[in-house]
Amino acid sequence: MKIARRNVGVLLAAGSLIAGLAGCAGTPGSGSPSATSSSAVSAGSPSGSSPQLSGTVTIYAAASLKATFTKLASEFEAKNPGTKVVLSFAGSSDLVTQITQGAPADVFASADTKNMGKLSDASLVDGKATNFATNVLTIAVPPANPASIASFADLAKPGVKVVVCASQVPCGSAAQSVEKATGTTIKPVSEESSVTDVLGKVSSGEADAGLVYVTDVKSAGDKVKGVPFPEASNAVNTYPIATVGTSKHKDLAAAFISLVTGGEGKKVLGDAGFGVP
Amino acid sequence: MNYSGVPRWVYGLAAMGGLFVLLPLAAMVAKVDWSRFIPLVASESSLTALGLSLRTSAASTALCVLFGIPLALVLARRPFRGQRLLRAFVLLPLVLPPVVGGIALLYTFGRQGLLGKNLELVGIQIAFSTTAVVLAQTFVALPFLVVSLEGALRTAGNRYEAVAATLGARPATILRRVTVPMVLPGLASGAVLSFARSLGEFGATLTFAGSLQGVTRTLPLEIYLQRETDADAAVALSLVLVAVAVIVVGLSYRRPHRADIPAEAAA
Repeated sequence: MKIARRNVGVLLAAGSLIAGLAGCAGTPGSGSPSATSSSAVSAGSPSGSSPQLSGTVTIYAAASLKATFTKLASEFEAKNPGTKVVLSFAGSSDLVTQITQGAPADVFASADTKNMGKLSDASLVDGKATNFATNVLTIAVPPANPASIASFADLAKPGVKVVVCASQVPCGSAAQSVEKATGTTIKPVSEESSVTDVLGKVSSGEADAGLVYVTDVKSAGDKVKGVPFPEASNAVNTYPIATVGTSKHKDLAAAFISLVTGGEGKKVLGDAGFGVP
Repeated sequence: MNYSGVPRWVYGLAAMGGLFVLLPLAAMVAKVDWSRFIPLVASESSLTALGLSLRTSAASTALCVLFGIPLALVLARRPFRGQRLLRAFVLLPLVLPPVVGGIALLYTFGRQGLLGKNLELVGIQIAFSTTAVVLAQTFVALPFLVVSLEGALRTAGNRYEAVAATLGARPATILRRVTVPMVLPGLASGAVLSFARSLGEFGATLTFAGSLQGVTRTLPLEIYLQRETDADAAVALSLVLVAVAVIVVGLSYRRPHRADIPAEAAA
């Protein structure tokens, strides 16, 4: 019977291990889209001036770039037959940690200059980073706007359930700058560690309002409504992109960066709500 | 002479398995910045998070005991239709990613949830409260108690209970005076495991309860957040959590040896 109890212990340990593994399985290297997208890019026509590119380029990009970079990646593959773009999306600081620990990234696109700075402090940026987009905060509310939020000051009204990012993450420090600039003090019911968590709390109707980026509201479709506020200009987030110093495919990396910073990239990013730096 | 019956190569693999768990822990300890350890761990946000973690874990362990004993009894004692199905569902949180549990809880107790909608009408709000943390922890920890206790109940058998019944004891008396005392070691280790699991709960809490200092930000959530800006703080706090977990699990594995005796006698 002693054995029986031991077995239970083993089973439990195994169970918790499985649960732990399942819970922690991240999504690095989430599958890249196939190159057979029907994008209207001149597929057959002369593909730029660069020499024949081939191989796989790995892009580490901030989570907020998921939709735009996925689209740009398939355009890149269509333009350069023989290339493959592997995308990995996560919080910028997570990505910096992964790259400094040796993750095989060729390009890093950060949601703020601070995290790009961390990477260049670690001497892992090839050349100089290029700023390619900006993003500003907006108020996201459930479609019915139950708390009748119309301005930034409304977020400080008693009884309004507001969710923001924690000050440790970029969207949280941006929210703090706006609070400081406007002299408004928000008493949030929760300080999330990522902007997607804030959006989730709003779209599920748990919160009356949340501070997220303009692009988040746009990509959420009709699940949330955006309430823009002029004070948002007090905290503009700049997105830099750079080739990672340890990259083995610097030609591919440079080609991808020029796509992002070029006309093609500007159009895709602009459509998603990003601003021009 | 002690015959173990274990082939030698098993020891080699066992050593590798042990190292697989120990090495990462050692690597983390090696990374601790000891000169800053005390100020990092004793900071207000860390202590608040630790206190909240201990309080909520204690509360969810109490809930696990309250609902886990009846569940284990139902599963262990008399077979009935759908028992296997019930067991499978009770054990589901063991293998479910915690974030899935969090989503499920959100649609149950959330503001727009199945029960949450009605609770909201009578003025009870669970979302973003410490109650939400306790619910999330109970959800993931309950199976640990049920599994340990059901195992203990099955090995103990029901002969003593049958004898007590022939002597005229009522079911409630038997439960209180015979069954529970007999499986106390199993109950204790189940409760300790539930407590440890509650202490480590992260995914369901983050999804369902949110994260606010002193209200819903437990130690694992604090570690996750600190990691964004201060890796040293995250490592220091992780070490605290490891220490607490080692103490808790260590306590649970010391007890059975002594307490096994009555159960052994019953066999």
